[in-house]
Order: sequence, then C-alpha cells, then structure tokens
Amino acid sequence: MSNNKSKDKLSRRTFVKKAAFYGAAGVGLFGLAATPLLKRDTGDSFKDLFQKHYKKLDEEKLKIILKKLEEKTKKQYGADVRIDADKPIKDVVFGYALNLDVCIGCRKCVQACVEENNQSRDPAIEYIRVLELDKGGFNLEHAEHNYDHEVPLEDKFYLPVQCHQCENPPCVRVCPTKATWQEKDGITVVDYNWCIGCRYCQAACPYDARKFNFFKPKIKAEEINPRQSYLGNRIRPAGVIEKCTFCIQRTRKGLMPACLEACPTGARKFGDLTDQQSSVRYILENKNVYVFKEELGTIPRFFYYFD
Amino acid sequence: MKKNIFSFISELFLNMFSGSKKYRFWLLSLGALILIGFHFYCRQLATGMGVTGMTDQVSWGFYISNFTFVVGLAAGAVMLVIPAYIYDKKSMHEIVIFGELLAIASVVMCLLLVMVDLGRPDRFFHMFPIIGLFNWPSSILTWDTIVLTGYFLLNIYIVFYLLYMRYLGKTPEKKYYIWAVYISVLWAVALHTVTAFLYNGLGARPFWNSAIIAPRFVASACVAGPAVIFLSLKLLGKYTRLEFFFFENATRVLRNIITIALSINVFFLLSEVFTEFYTQGMHTASVHYLFFGLNGHFALTPFIWLSIILNTTALIMLYIPKLHGSDRAFTIACGLTITGIWLEKGMGFIVPGFIPTPLGEIVEYFPTLTEFLITLGILAFGLLVFTLSIKAVLPLVQTPRNIKIL
Repeated sequence: MSNNKSKDKLSRRTFVKKAAFYGAAGVGLFGLAATPLLKRDTGDSFKDLFQKHYKKLDEEKLKIILKKLEEKTKKQYGADVRIDADKPIKDVVFGYALNLDVCIGCRKCVQACVEENNQSRDPAIEYIRVLELDKGGFNLEHAEHNYDHEVPLEDKFYLPVQCHQCENPPCVRVCPTKATWQEKDGITVVDYNWCIGCRYCQAACPYDARKFNFFKPKIKAEEINPRQSYLGNRIRPAGVIEKCTFCIQRTRKGLMPACLEACPTGARKFGDLTDQQSSVRYILENKNVYVFKEELGTIPRFFYYFD
Repeated sequence: MKKNIFSFISELFLNMFSGSKKYRFWLLSLGALILIGFHFYCRQLATGMGVTGMTDQVSWGFYISNFTFVVGLAAGAVMLVIPAYIYDKKSMHEIVIFGELLAIASVVMCLLLVMVDLGRPDRFFHMFPIIGLFNWPSSILTWDTIVLTGYFLLNIYIVFYLLYMRYLGKTPEKKYYIWAVYISVLWAVALHTVTAFLYNGLGARPFWNSAIIAPRFVASACVAGPAVIFLSLKLLGKYTRLEFFFFENATRVLRNIITIALSINVFFLLSEVFTEFYTQGMHTASVHYLFFGLNGHFALTPFIWLSIILNTTALIMLYIPKLHGSDRAFTIACGLTITGIWLEKGMGFIVPGFIPTPLGEIVEYFPTLTEFLITLGILAFGLLVFTLSIKAVLPLVQTPRNIKIL
C-alpha cells in the first residue's frame, strides 16, 4: 500500500500499530465492564454445560447427574435432599377434576403446592392461580386475581387455574429445543437443565401455567421438601421455566397431588383416566363438566364440574 | 502487488479503519454505547432476568419488540433488489449493495437481541441441529433460526462476490450471483413472514392470532428498510465528498416504494382495528387496552397514538404533490415513519399481546434502564457493523465506472 497517496489512508504498518493499541484498550475496557460476571453463580461447572437432554441420558449417566444435583442442593441451599427420576407408571394417564360448586377460594391448594414443589419464595412463584369471578358468567376480564379478604363471598365463585396437562399442548409445540414434552402418563414436563429460557412456551400457554425463574430461587433450608424428582419439584436453576407436573414426585409413587390433599372442601379429584373405576372417570361420565377454553383445541386433562 | 482474496480482505480492513477525526469520533461514540450495553448485560447475567421489566404476565418486552422491528429492516433492505433486477433499473444497482449491507448488520442485531432475551444464553447451542435438539418443523422459532442464518449467508455471499469482482476489475458473471439475488428477495419475504408466524400461530393470544399480521409485517418492512437506506445515503452524502450519480434516480424509486408500502401498511392497520372494534367480542380486550386503556390502565395508549400520528403525517407529506421535489420533506417523512413503525412494532404489537393475560389479568410493562441500555448497545453495535462495512466498500463503489458494479 506504499504507493497509495491518499492522506486518509493508513499505511499497513501504522494500521497494525494502531490496531494493536486500540485492540488492547478495547479488551481492557470490556474486561472491566464484564466484572459483574464474577458474581454470577449458576452452580454449573464447565462440564455441566454439556449435559445431554434428559431423554438421551442412559441410566448410568442419569444416576451420576442426580447425585451431583443432590450435592449441589446441599452446597447452595444447605439441605439434604433425595432426587429421583420417577418414570411414568405403565398404562396410566392422569386426569384432574375440580368441583366449582364446592371450591371456596381459600387458596390452601396454592400454599400446599408451593411447599411441596420447592418454588422460589422470593420472588414468589405459584403454579395455581385462584380467580374470583362474579356469579352469573365466566367473564375473566372482571376476575379478581389478588383478592385479600374472607372467603367465600356471597356473590362470587372461585376458579383455580393450573396446568391443564393438555393432550395437544401448544407449549410443547413451540419449544425450540424440545426442552419440554409430554410424558406417557400425559404430564407435560420440563428438563430444567436443557431449557434455554426463551419463554416462547409462556406466550403459547392459554392457561398462564408456566412460570419463569427471573432470579435464582430463594428458599430457606428448613422449608425445602427433601423428596424431589428430576422432572418435578427439584429446585430449579435461574433463567428457566417451571410448571405444575401434577406432583409427579408423588403421583408416580401412587400418592395424591399436594393441592388435592390440602383442599378442605374435597373439591379436587385426581386419578387415572384409563381406569373405569376412578373418581375422575365417574365425574366425566356423570356430571356437568366444563372444559376451560375448549375452543382452542388444547384438549385439557383438567376438568371443572358442577354438582 | 498481486491481487488475491487476502489482499482484498486486508484492503477492506484498511478502508474500515482509516478516516477523518469525525469518523473516528463516531466509531468511538458507538464503541462507548456498546461498552455500556455490554456492562449492563453482564449485570443482567449475574443477577437474573428480573432486572428487566418483564414478568410472568408480560414475558416478552423491549428485546423482542426491537428484534421484530430490526427483522423488518433486514427484510426491507433487500426489497430494493426488486426494482433493481426484476424491473431492471440500472440506477438502483449500486444502492442494492447498501441494502445488503444493512441487511447483514440487521441480522447481527437480531441474533444479539434474541440472545440477550434468553434466560440461559450459555445453553443457546441447544437451539441448533446436531449439537442441540432442533425442534423443527414444529417450533416456528427454529424456522426463524433457519431464515435468519440463511439470509445472513446469502447476503454476505452476494456482497462479497460483487465487490471482489469489482476489486479484481472483472465484470461479475451473472451465473455466479443472480440466483442468489432472486433467492434473497424471496428469502426476505420469508424472513418477515416467519417472524410474523412466530406470534401469529398462538391461539392463546387473540391479539396476535390474526392473518393480517404477516402482510402487515412485510408492508411495514418495505417502509422502514428503504427509509433507513435513504437516511444513511443522505448522511453519507453529507459527510463524505462522494457524489452518487445514482442518487436522484434512486431517491425517486425509494420514494415510490415507501409511499405505496406505507399506504398499504396504514390500510392494513385500519382493517384490523375495524374488525376488532366492530366485533366487540371478549377477544378484543388487548386492542381496547392498546388504543383506549382498560380498567384504568393506559401505559401503551400514548405510544400507539403517537405511532399513528407519525405514520399518517409521513404519509400525507408523501402524498402532497408540492412536496415531491423536496428532498428535505422526504427526509423528514422518512424519519417520522421509521419512528412510527418502531413504536408500532414494539409497544404497539409485542407488548399488548400479553395484556391482559389469557386469564384476564392486567399487568403493565415498561422497560427498565437496564433493558434500554442493553438494547441501545445492540443497536449501536449494528450501526457499527453497518458503518464499518460501508466504509470498507465505499472506495470500491466509487472507483471510476468502467465496470458496472453489478
């Protein structure tokens, strides 16, 4: 370029010199700007970043991961926990029915859910949302989400909403990484170690069932439920989605979901939809059943009914 | 010295970083904005996405809004190729290079804007085939990954080939690039359509669940892209001593594109507004919220009305025959409509989709300073890429024209 006479144009040598100078200054400044990263604590080692998708893990590998997660919980939260990888029970499809004539809106289910599923207490994450609606309609726009008074009110009724475990789940369809899927027993789960936190599923869910960890979950050690499941109630990392799993850590072991056990009015019924003798089956066949947002074609496995 | 691909690239780099004091000051200013944005992004990474204004109710905000707008820029920029090739307007051929450079810079911004919106950017590779689990064809987001990357590569290829030929002093051979040019036009439409489908296909969000969204996106892209090109050429003309022999002709074509596309865009918006308001169903709550507020919540109303005022003012300015000769009026109209479309895409489209929530709850959204500065940093980065690439190719575009650039 020595034959170039343009005064604006750099010679190759000055270019290299200047590039080195500005490059060094740039690296220094950006390094300085990056100092907040030192405080970032995901608890992941470099190797953890390359963990495979849940469905691609063999038994051996899964065991090691579960063990590691238990250690991590001990280190980060100071609690001794046991994390299983509960598999779906063969030929069982779970369904849930809720009696709207009986529900009094006391939110005991909400509380029990949080305690069972190790949700962050601050900021508070809740899987169940109870809407207070005017009698005489289903107008959600007039729903009261944050009521704080004695219940039930005379002219109101209460609509608890949680994941509907759809047979045709829009949230699963939109996930770009297959981090969420429907298990054989109909439960839609999330691999919290695979989710990239794009929140597309939140936009797709018509029931507001998905919650995002905007911060690292905060729970006191003594409040942690130690019986945990990989796809269920283990403490989630920051930056990923979580949701109701019908308490797979309980229901796959033959127990009832925590929200059902906490309900003082018996409004909640849970069981195997393939079992002719189950209470949910009885309700579906004999009661007036309301499917929430049926027109969206999500085919929920969560039903509301009336006496 | 022998001319080969290496000398070509080093020439580009030399061009990029040589320049006047003003030019260096401009680069450093952009660098400062990028630095600030980067710092706040690091803080967001360390603390969590909670530093943004987003919530479980409004789960996409300023980042995705700007992403949507910038996708429009990328797509719109290449729309210039249509008059240049399909109608074979020779005067447009050189502008196409600028369009493609803008497209490249825009795609870079798009990728960054998606990246900063991820809760776990360290796992972003899960989104790719083979090393991740690519949920294609089910997830529209995977389609978006494909169209964005494809678009990026196509444009890089075209620009690189044409300029390299020019550098060598050869006439570009049509068989090596013309197919790419045509594909890039289709791809530009696909790019914005896919981005519209991203929101469009969600039954949970009636506000987005409307077939007019994709046409609206393409129409507004055809406004914003050419308008940004015009403004940048205008600035180039002011700050370099370049004479663009094609400028006057090109301005006329740009004006026509913008006038028609903006008319269509406004028409689409009005059609949508009519459908929503006249129907008066429960599904129209979001539109009510957007235009007039709902149950005492009004956060977005100023934005949408400002956007409408800006766009219609621009349109009227473009329609008035007296102003047709005025370069200045056109410049102002471009500025107005770019701002108008930016507001319409962000606070006027993404955010109201979430308000009220599918369960009828109203939680309002406003970006935090962190979100604002990170976005500003990314826009500055895009502008830096755009500036550097223009600077790199400018001497090639303005050399004596014994060879046509395209």
